[in-house]
Amino acid sequence: MFKTARRGLIKGAVAAMVMSLGLSASGTFAQAETTLKVVPHSDLKILDPIWTTAYISRNHGYMIYDTLFALDESGNIQPQMVDTVTTSDDGLTITMTLRDGLSWHDGAPVTAADCVASIKRWGSKDAMGQKMMSFVDSLEATDDKTITFKLNSQTGLVTLALAKPSSNVPFMMPERVANTPSSEQISEFIGSGPFVFNQEAWEPGTKIVYDKFAAYVPRSEPASGLAGGKIAKVDRVEWLPIRDQQQAVNALKAGELDYIEGLPHDLLPLVEGDENIKLVDFNPAGNQFTFRFNVLHPPFDNPKMRQALLYALNQEDFLQAQIGNADYYKACKAMFGCGMPFETMAHMDGLLESNFDKARELIAESGYNGEPILLMHSTDLAVLTNLAPVAKDLMEAVGLNVDMQSMDWQTLVARRSKKDLPADGGWNAFITSWTAGDLFNPVAMAFLNSSCDKALFGWPCDEKIEGLRDAFARATTKEEQLKIVEDVQGAWLEYPTHIHLGQWNQATATRSNVDGVLPTGAAVFWNISKN
Amino acid sequence: MLSYLLRRLIATIPVMLLVAVFVFMLLRLTPGDPAAIIAGDYANDAQIAEIRTKLGLDKPLPVQFMVWLGNMFQGDFGESFFYKKQVGELIAARLEPTLSLSLLTIILTVCIAVPLGTLAAYRQGSWLDRGIMGFSVLGFSLPVFVIGYMLIYLFSIKLGWLPVQGYQRISDGVGGWLLRLILPSIALSVIFVAFIARMTRTSVLEVLGEDYIRTARAKGQTETRVLMRHAVRNAAVPIVTVIGLSFAILIGGVVVTESVFNLPGLGLLTVEAVLARDFPTIQAVILLFSFIYVLINLLIDVSYTVLDPRIRY
Repeated sequence: MFKTARRGLIKGAVAAMVMSLGLSASGTFAQAETTLKVVPHSDLKILDPIWTTAYISRNHGYMIYDTLFALDESGNIQPQMVDTVTTSDDGLTITMTLRDGLSWHDGAPVTAADCVASIKRWGSKDAMGQKMMSFVDSLEATDDKTITFKLNSQTGLVTLALAKPSSNVPFMMPERVANTPSSEQISEFIGSGPFVFNQEAWEPGTKIVYDKFAAYVPRSEPASGLAGGKIAKVDRVEWLPIRDQQQAVNALKAGELDYIEGLPHDLLPLVEGDENIKLVDFNPAGNQFTFRFNVLHPPFDNPKMRQALLYALNQEDFLQAQIGNADYYKACKAMFGCGMPFETMAHMDGLLESNFDKARELIAESGYNGEPILLMHSTDLAVLTNLAPVAKDLMEAVGLNVDMQSMDWQTLVARRSKKDLPADGGWNAFITSWTAGDLFNPVAMAFLNSSCDKALFGWPCDEKIEGLRDAFARATTKEEQLKIVEDVQGAWLEYPTHIHLGQWNQATATRSNVDGVLPTGAAVFWNISKN
Repeated sequence: MLSYLLRRLIATIPVMLLVAVFVFMLLRLTPGDPAAIIAGDYANDAQIAEIRTKLGLDKPLPVQFMVWLGNMFQGDFGESFFYKKQVGELIAARLEPTLSLSLLTIILTVCIAVPLGTLAAYRQGSWLDRGIMGFSVLGFSLPVFVIGYMLIYLFSIKLGWLPVQGYQRISDGVGGWLLRLILPSIALSVIFVAFIARMTRTSVLEVLGEDYIRTARAKGQTETRVLMRHAVRNAAVPIVTVIGLSFAILIGGVVVTESVFNLPGLGLLTVEAVLARDFPTIQAVILLFSFIYVLINLLIDVSYTVLDPRIRY
């Protein structure tokens, strides 16, 4: 009797335990239907998208902030927070009126004064913003809903810059936040975008939570690119940074996650053919691998040596070695991206075809005496790892002496800002990658900036290119801009600042019940539904 | 005993100071610039320099060290360069997953390894002994991440019994907490089971040859009692030492497991901080690991007096 009772008790206890585990487990696994669980491309560390150019901070910006203008799917500028824009007959006064119903996440209305402060902060930090502000005599809120630009000369840059799609994006913030000096990070994270940053639920390094902003008033037009109606179709978006991408795929297959922002190419076979998973591409214009010269030191201080590489290299070798899957890459020589508004092949004939004879000829003309070329090789970012060895191989094929030094990306980042001689801790070249949104015109493309000391690492210095960038900024019609873009490519051929090594795309993997991923160029989460 | 404890605790101060100097210098000598990382890929020199000044990285090294040390003595470990949160807060948030995983792993290890090692010693030379030692060699040879992936494939993807990744705080439910720790603790315990089982076998084997074991048997005691009361207890000092050190190693060394199972513990925090060159976080975490190591060593020493009454301090 006692034994039976005791056995029963034990069985009951075990059953209770199992049930409690089961219940807890199901409670844990069950997600609210409208919570989208996302693995972003990296962890969000810096919450100020104006203070840093990191893409993850930009994407955070798109969650909680809105922009005055945005590029649609075809690359055309469309008003976003703005209702109407008028330009005076002399082209020197631009007036923008905010649309109705805009409010901050704390309920306060969005005012023109907020936008003016936001533009000024962004304009003091971002290169394109600085260029735009150089045309601005005064920028004022003439009433609660009207922003007035007084310009010192005509330019088509104002709306183009305010529609800038990638880092730093001119996000609008409340005036008290935007008054933070651009040298300091903001400490309040209130926007007027479709999602609210849930700061209390933020677990640094683990979870970033955004809740739907119920009071957001989207535009009436359908979503297109970064423009149109930004309708939040899920109640909550959780970003869950997972370092181990294999594990992220496992979790996606098991239904624990809904969305992996950037699936490494080598993991594609794991999800292809899985009916519960689909592959989409929010950035059809893709990214460009880019070879960067340091023009301060021999041998790349001589343009002929840089031109030699334009002939020695070819894009196919890099793309094959790094991406491998032809569905996810294509050769694209156009400096401002293929499928982008300023795509042109002017002056590109014969380049990037591994014409070794022509390359050797130019090397001989340059007087290259065999000094080592210090090529920095990043080893810890999978998407860059195979590129430097290919470059080394092709450079050696034309007789260059390449000293390839391997290092982690952060060491490379620190070293590339050093102007010292390569032997003293400096460098000659390295390879990186840009998203198409960062290189879509001559003013936005940072590697084309040839303003010597003010230019990015590599420090190119060329008056002709700078003059053309200025001319582009002053141009007021698309036709004028296109003509200048062609001239820029010609000037770049004479004075190469960098070389594009090919366009590549990366798939986003989602559960098959996730719909509405837009081709925006950045991971944004409005319009996405989970059925 | 109390004075011994006090002496040992005081002795930790110079050890911690040495660790502090070492880790501070090591980080400053490592290539990489947190300011450049924070500024992002497209920042220019002026922007990077501005951030360096904000972080105080433009000051001479001795000044930086003294500022850090001074703040630390006031209980201020500084602010993370990236998250703009107090390092103490970051560590506190990451402590629970690491401690949970370490504790569960060590409990699992002890529960499996000590009986296995004892059995192997008792049945020395038998198939059971060879089987256990064979498993031990396998356990040593298999990397934790391989075991982790195999377990995930079987129990999470194929059978769907357990979650693939993630952590649930114990305050949100013991069931979910335990479910998420089962696979990582099994994966992590394999190597420790292998190690401690071997150690137990050797220690018990030594003791089984002692006169007092023969005496116990001669007195007619059961084999279980001989093993548990006389053999294992007398073999316990080296076993407890290894278990204690394993626990210390676990706390500081669960990086791979945390990474594979996406557990937001101290190991992942350390890796993230190192990759981002987040100096205040790395310094604080390494100091914490050192302190835990010293503390566990002290606890091991104290445990000797309980296990072996002949030991006195």
